[in-house]
Amino acid sequence: MYLKKVAFAGALAFTSSAAYAGCGLSGGNVNVLANEFGAIQAVIDGAEECEGDGVTVESNLTVDHRDIQVAALSADPAQYTSAVVANSSIVPLINGDLIRPLDDLVAKHGQDLDKTQLITVDGKIMAVAFMANAQHLFYRKDILEEAGVDVPTSYDEVLAAAEKIRSMGLMEDPFAMNTGTGWNLGEEFVNMYMGTGAPFFEPGTANIAINNEHGVAALNMLKSLVEYSNPDFLTFDSNETQARWESGDLALAVMWGSRGGSILDGEGASEEIVDSTVLAAAPTLEGDNVASTLWWDGFTIAKNISDEDAEATFVAMVNGIGDDVIRANNEAAVWLSSAYEPTPASAGVAATAASGATPYPMLPYMGLLHTAAGGELSEFLQGSESAQQALADIEAAYTTSAKEQGFVK
Amino acid sequence: MKHRTFFWFILPSLAAMIAFIALPLVSVVVQSLHVEHEQITSVTENCGPFGCNEEVTVDSEATAALRAEKPLGRFNGLGTYFDRGHLATEEVAAAWQARSSLGDFFSRLYNLPLYKAIAFTLTYTFVVTPLVIMLGLAIALGVNRLTPALKGPTIFVSLLPMIVTPLIGSLILFWMIDAQGIIGKSLQWMFDDPQLSLKASPTLTWITLMIYGVWHSAPFAFVVFYAGLQTVSSETLEAAKIDGASRWQQVRYVVIPHLMPLAVFVSLIQLMDNFRVFEPIIGFSAQANASSLSSIIFTDLRGDVIRFNSAAATSVITVIGVAILLTPVLIRTWRDFKGKAV
Repeated sequence: MYLKKVAFAGALAFTSSAAYAGCGLSGGNVNVLANEFGAIQAVIDGAEECEGDGVTVESNLTVDHRDIQVAALSADPAQYTSAVVANSSIVPLINGDLIRPLDDLVAKHGQDLDKTQLITVDGKIMAVAFMANAQHLFYRKDILEEAGVDVPTSYDEVLAAAEKIRSMGLMEDPFAMNTGTGWNLGEEFVNMYMGTGAPFFEPGTANIAINNEHGVAALNMLKSLVEYSNPDFLTFDSNETQARWESGDLALAVMWGSRGGSILDGEGASEEIVDSTVLAAAPTLEGDNVASTLWWDGFTIAKNISDEDAEATFVAMVNGIGDDVIRANNEAAVWLSSAYEPTPASAGVAATAASGATPYPMLPYMGLLHTAAGGELSEFLQGSESAQQALADIEAAYTTSAKEQGFVK
Repeated sequence: MKHRTFFWFILPSLAAMIAFIALPLVSVVVQSLHVEHEQITSVTENCGPFGCNEEVTVDSEATAALRAEKPLGRFNGLGTYFDRGHLATEEVAAAWQARSSLGDFFSRLYNLPLYKAIAFTLTYTFVVTPLVIMLGLAIALGVNRLTPALKGPTIFVSLLPMIVTPLIGSLILFWMIDAQGIIGKSLQWMFDDPQLSLKASPTLTWITLMIYGVWHSAPFAFVVFYAGLQTVSSETLEAAKIDGASRWQQVRYVVIPHLMPLAVFVSLIQLMDNFRVFEPIIGFSAQANASSLSSIIFTDLRGDVIRFNSAAATSVITVIGVAILLTPVLIRTWRDFKGKAV
């Protein structure tokens, strides 16, 4: 009897939720390719509410999404109806003409979207952003107080604070950033070079322009910083730096803002560490130039799919970033929505944006520079190569690949 | 067998070999000879949550037209093979001109990605292969002397490193050698150096990767040699004993000559495998200190811009490298074969 009741209640619950299913759609298939972290999981869960009445919602959340998106969306029909991208990973999709302009869909179903959420390229809406991200400073209030230093706002002050903490014997290696060889290290170089205020490329061309005194300044700062890092710094990615922060090994770190929520949630770190963790703006390098880049995450709709699927995908994704989802997951990210209430976990990204940081360049050849920097800096940071040689190597590696890709003659 | 019958007999496997080995190889070679079209770009105004920017974008319509006309891209001949990412002929010549000593030349060479990868790949291959053969033989001889009751469990345990997926095996070891891990901490205690880190220094990383390589591959050599040991003629061994041969002399003059063809086989397979070393570099996050030909192909195929042409050129160079490496062993096998046929 009891079981029957449960089954009946379950059936009732199912039918009642099915009443809203389909989100007013008559049909269509939704299949989303995205990165894997908590905030995106929440968005996909929100999109799945549209399932039913002929609408199917599937997803593939993987950290390797960037490596498969071009191949998956090149197929006709495309393997996924939507790819969740960031400033850098949208570029290959635009280059390959693999995503469709969303103007008509935004006009039809996007009344609730804020205008700042719309990513336009040459006047056409190509993506809808839903969260912001940036690398910025995390610091331990208690350790800084004990060392008697103020909150650092520039990297020179970060160095001074780290030195004080080390010399007082509070911590041997108080600092960390995501310096793992590859994409992570490339990102640290891009951020640090941003802090010099100099351009990455010669204006109007794809010719690289980092082999100069600005490049040397950025590299020397990176080198000085890793002196205060654990010797394993060339293997550090986000998971590693977060784990070291939560185990109390660090007093100062530059990490992604999207990690703030999971550090402050009290799971994985002791109360003492959580209570004294503060998120602040990214430090500056030269003058007022913030050494960080601003990022957005947003969704795109594939070109090689039917209009019905495209519409279903758009409606489901808009539902996924709807006010209810954002209120329920307020802590998970820095949402770009009017329903979002700022939290301590978003303070760092907000402060970084307010301090004048610029977005990561959406240039078609930026990825090549990023890869070149990520691969050629390890020896310099280990001390077996000069800054000039490392910059010359980045320049040569970039130029080789840019020639091969047809950006440089 | 008549030629005609023979042809029909091997046709299915021949067709499969052409479809799955020859054609992909041809396609890789063709790709390595081409590069992307020149990109047609224009400056557009792009807007987002952080404001508007004038930025360069690729003109997708014009690019699509170019691609439709020539889907393979621009023909570049052997250009990709000689660029800095591969054989780097210009850079090598410049390094030779500017050298102050031979050591200086090699350190300049080592700064180029392909030569750096070749240095590690060859060192790895020539250190790991002989050690695997020796260790495999030693384990096989040891297990062969065990009492039957112990043989089964010992063989199973000896095979474990090979059963464990390479990536998982290397990840587990990676955590153990971490400065906080059991091996890492023990080493720090043994050498009384709290800053000792196996991941930080290139030399220690190379040693770690090679020890892992031996650990992972020794069971393969062991299994092959153990099977071979079962076929050693007991009469010859007994005759050697009667002649007063010691245990070592029996191994040296009876067992090893008997196992020689198997040693050739194992070294053939190991040379090929070790030349393509890849998983431990990823598993140990060792890209900073060690790169192999396979790992630079992997890097080309990841990221925002995928460089098929560059990866294809490195693949062809790898195939040529394997061929060169195997030539001595193959020549030897061919001679043996001819000697037997006569």
